[in-house]
Amino acid sequence: MRPILMKGHERPLTFLKYNRDGDLLFSCAKDHNPTVWFADNGERLGTYRGHNGAVWCCDVSRDSSLLITGSADQSAKLWSVQTGSPLFTFNFESPTRSVDFSVGDKLAVITTDPFMGSSSAIHVKRIAQDPNDQDAESVLVLKGPQGRINRAVWGPLNRTIISAGEDSVIRIWDSETGKLLKESEKEIGHKKAITSLAKSIDGSHFLTGSLDKSAKLWDTRTLTLLKTYATERPVNAVTMSPLLDHVVLGGGQDASSVTTTDHRAGKFEAKFYDKILQEEIGGVKGHFGPINALAFNPDGRSFASGGEDGYVRLHHMDADYFNIKL
Amino acid sequence: MGAEGMSMDDIRASGERLGINFSEVDLDAIRLPPGEDFGIISDDEDLRNEEEMEFEAGFGNIIVVDNLPVVPKDKFEKLVGVIRKIYSQIGVIKEDGLWMPVDPETEKTLGYCFIEYNTPQEAELAKEKTNGYKLDRSHIFAVNLFDDIEKFMKVPDEWAPPEIKPYTPGENLQHWLTDEKARDQFVIRASSETEVLWNDARHAKPDPVYKRSFWTESFVQWSPLGTYLATLHRQGAAVWGGASAFNRLMRYAHPQVQLIDFSPGERFLVTFSRQASTNPRDTDRVVLNIFDVRTGKLMRDFKGSADEFGGVGGATGVPWPVFRWSGDKEDKYFARLGKNVISVYETETFTLIDKKSIKVENVMDFSWSPTEPKIALFVPELGGGNQPAKVSLVEIPSKEEKRQKNLFSVSDCQMYWQSNGDYLAVKVDRYTKTKKSTYTGFELFRIQERDIPIEVLELENKNDKIIAFAWEPKGHRFAVIHGDNPRPDVSFYSMKTAQNTGRVSKLTTIKSRQANSLYWSPTGRFIVLAGLRGMNGQLEFYNVDELETMATTEHFMATDIEWDPTGRYVATSSTSVHHEMENGFNIWSFNGKLLYRVLKDHFLQFSWRPRPPSLLSAEKEEEILKNLKKYSKKYEIEDIEVTNTLSEQEKERRKILKEEWDRWVNEWKRIQEEEKLERQNLRDGEASDEEVEYEAKEVEVEEVVEIKEEVILFD
Repeated sequence: MRPILMKGHERPLTFLKYNRDGDLLFSCAKDHNPTVWFADNGERLGTYRGHNGAVWCCDVSRDSSLLITGSADQSAKLWSVQTGSPLFTFNFESPTRSVDFSVGDKLAVITTDPFMGSSSAIHVKRIAQDPNDQDAESVLVLKGPQGRINRAVWGPLNRTIISAGEDSVIRIWDSETGKLLKESEKEIGHKKAITSLAKSIDGSHFLTGSLDKSAKLWDTRTLTLLKTYATERPVNAVTMSPLLDHVVLGGGQDASSVTTTDHRAGKFEAKFYDKILQEEIGGVKGHFGPINALAFNPDGRSFASGGEDGYVRLHHMDADYFNIKL
Repeated sequence: MGAEGMSMDDIRASGERLGINFSEVDLDAIRLPPGEDFGIISDDEDLRNEEEMEFEAGFGNIIVVDNLPVVPKDKFEKLVGVIRKIYSQIGVIKEDGLWMPVDPETEKTLGYCFIEYNTPQEAELAKEKTNGYKLDRSHIFAVNLFDDIEKFMKVPDEWAPPEIKPYTPGENLQHWLTDEKARDQFVIRASSETEVLWNDARHAKPDPVYKRSFWTESFVQWSPLGTYLATLHRQGAAVWGGASAFNRLMRYAHPQVQLIDFSPGERFLVTFSRQASTNPRDTDRVVLNIFDVRTGKLMRDFKGSADEFGGVGGATGVPWPVFRWSGDKEDKYFARLGKNVISVYETETFTLIDKKSIKVENVMDFSWSPTEPKIALFVPELGGGNQPAKVSLVEIPSKEEKRQKNLFSVSDCQMYWQSNGDYLAVKVDRYTKTKKSTYTGFELFRIQERDIPIEVLELENKNDKIIAFAWEPKGHRFAVIHGDNPRPDVSFYSMKTAQNTGRVSKLTTIKSRQANSLYWSPTGRFIVLAGLRGMNGQLEFYNVDELETMATTEHFMATDIEWDPTGRYVATSSTSVHHEMENGFNIWSFNGKLLYRVLKDHFLQFSWRPRPPSLLSAEKEEEILKNLKKYSKKYEIEDIEVTNTLSEQEKERRKILKEEWDRWVNEWKRIQEEEKLERQNLRDGEASDEEVEYEAKEVEVEEVVEIKEEVILFD
């Protein structure tokens, strides 16, 4: 497996997203320009220029026409994937951390950070079919969790919203009424801030990664804890193979506490675990900073990792990978 | 311990039940009703109940001086002046800190006075220095700490026969040696947790024995034969052990104890503390206590300034151990290095042998034979080279010099005893002719042979720096790491050659190794060449019998290495004493196969429980060695059984996990199917319901690599 190194960002990567067809890869970084790449050969297609701050998150519509991005410049933007032109800007009082389109792409959930006295919040926006009809009205605003909400995604049939963040609690909200339906229990839940959340391809279960050096697998409907994956480093990014029962964890020693003597000390590896047995299968090395973003191609044959080092590494799996036996 | 406290998790759980949010609880605001402790005895209370600790009362800085002359009023001022003069030499007497009561009727003094110092240390010193002080023939001072008076008052006037307690047999303190699987124990500390575990190599995991939070306030230490585990506390040291769990067997009061050391036969425990003096001009105060381990009785104490215990050469740190024990298992002698003297004490009376120290001008260092009461000592060059440096062997208790060797142009000496006391190697750093640099050689003493012959050994390259030296335990070989470059060489020598048992020979040199320290197996034959710290934890497992490397591996960032007492396993650990990364430990087989690893944040200490020497006779051991095949068969079968059951269990476990997972997946599929229509509606009726089923297919691709034309001759 020879990775393709994609050097397009000037600053650390923050998020990666494949479109549904798996031919495009969107990358977000602390520089202000989300970028789109050919998922096959890593060729850069273009950038989305307009944000004035780090871009934390993005999502792409099912038909690959619409891109939404959330940025530290206190806005979320809608873009035309094809032309790269901004279509609409949602302005907030504080930086936006996470964005996610609903099933059907008619709604988007956007989270905002606590900032200048205002607490963190989850906003639901209606996404118009025609960008000219788009308005900035919030359908619903949810508040309550302490600290940043690092990720909020839609539950099955858009009936719920799942959020997770710095207070290490996973919450399921009713997306109609805004009522809090479920909360992860302290004893079984994460012990430190949750950094990342990835849904399975059918949305039936999801994986959370935390600074407590573990990742946990949950049932989307009941919030039952299914599995725990223990690792040696804080987890910054998680993803799941859509094809095999594998989960991937990325992370590494915090940049501030990394030794300067040896890059191995940081353990900047993307680690593969057997989803069912919870055992480590192997690791993919290469980054020389912590891994901040991971995404699996929907075809399950390649995955991309984005690091603090500013690189996106695109890995196409060898045939051996599909024959791994534990 | 009597009352086991609740764990933090229990507390949180019960708090949640009662609806208490702990982040809002101000712990300091909680006051228990007076006299109520809810039956929980805190550790210090526990101690206080049993023995009065002198430092806990508030009058520790006051002394009472008795047997003063009784004087009339007109001589009062003069007496006070004399007393003040005597006692202000020792410390600073507080303002109005000297009070001599007067009988109101006779207006004469009562023959005693009180003196209040600034600190308890001064008071104690004053007591020590002036108790028994002869003012004149009829007035010998009796000085006591004020706090002690209370204690003396409590002594009943009439003697009562001590209660004779019925004999209760103690626990078997060697119980751990009877483990059926002959496993070894070790203790680890991580954060505030201290844990004793079995090394269960067959199952490739540690097996818990005993665990306790806040068991010690600094570190833990096994006694040399493994009987006790010692813990350190503010009030003193304690030892733990026993058959069932780790019970506290004895306590040794020594406020602010910092270091401890057992005698090799476990009879005595030396405790050490050093406290900064209140007066910056004075040096730190050092207190050393020697206790009988079993009875807890204080056998002898030593108090003084750090200078007195600082050894020679004005080193500021006190060398540890201050007292070095002779190697014999009866713990007969211990010795300490002083200025121009070596003080050897015997443990019968805890006094100096012949009531005087051994005088050796300028002695720098000494070291006991590990098995016999013999001391090797080193005296450096004197008078600018006029008097040569010397190494000599002195027998105790006769103090007779058995052997001496003069050495010239010496800059430094290190002494290394072989573990049986058969050989002594002295590493000698000498100046070259120009005196600008040094080179190293070895003087090898054969202690057990007649007249103790000495052989000189120099490395092939005389200028090589010696990085490490180590004797093979119980053996005749030694290993040396030498060289200047970042990848030094390692050489092995034997004290014998094939033909001649009296000559040193080199076995081999292995070139450019990433190693800076040597760890022999306690049974000899195998050695780990380790590159710790700067070399990131490189490990080479080497067989010295065969002179071949068994494994080269790495425990990244390892800081410590320790063989288990049987020489079967090696533990490498990475402790947060050095860095906070990769904290935890690895267990390896003797030949360098990684058996298991355990990661723990803030890992502080790993220590194997030592074993006492085998009770088998040499003949019996030989017999076992001869029939090893017969014995090993039994264990091999056991090993296979364990492996089989393990793999069975593992299979079973995996099957259950798979089934459980399949149940989830089927449930998800069912719901997914149910919701299919709704989902389509959300997508405005888009028919293709997503989730295109991808499948892993094996695709065979044929590719022409090369086409070659070959003419084959046909006969």
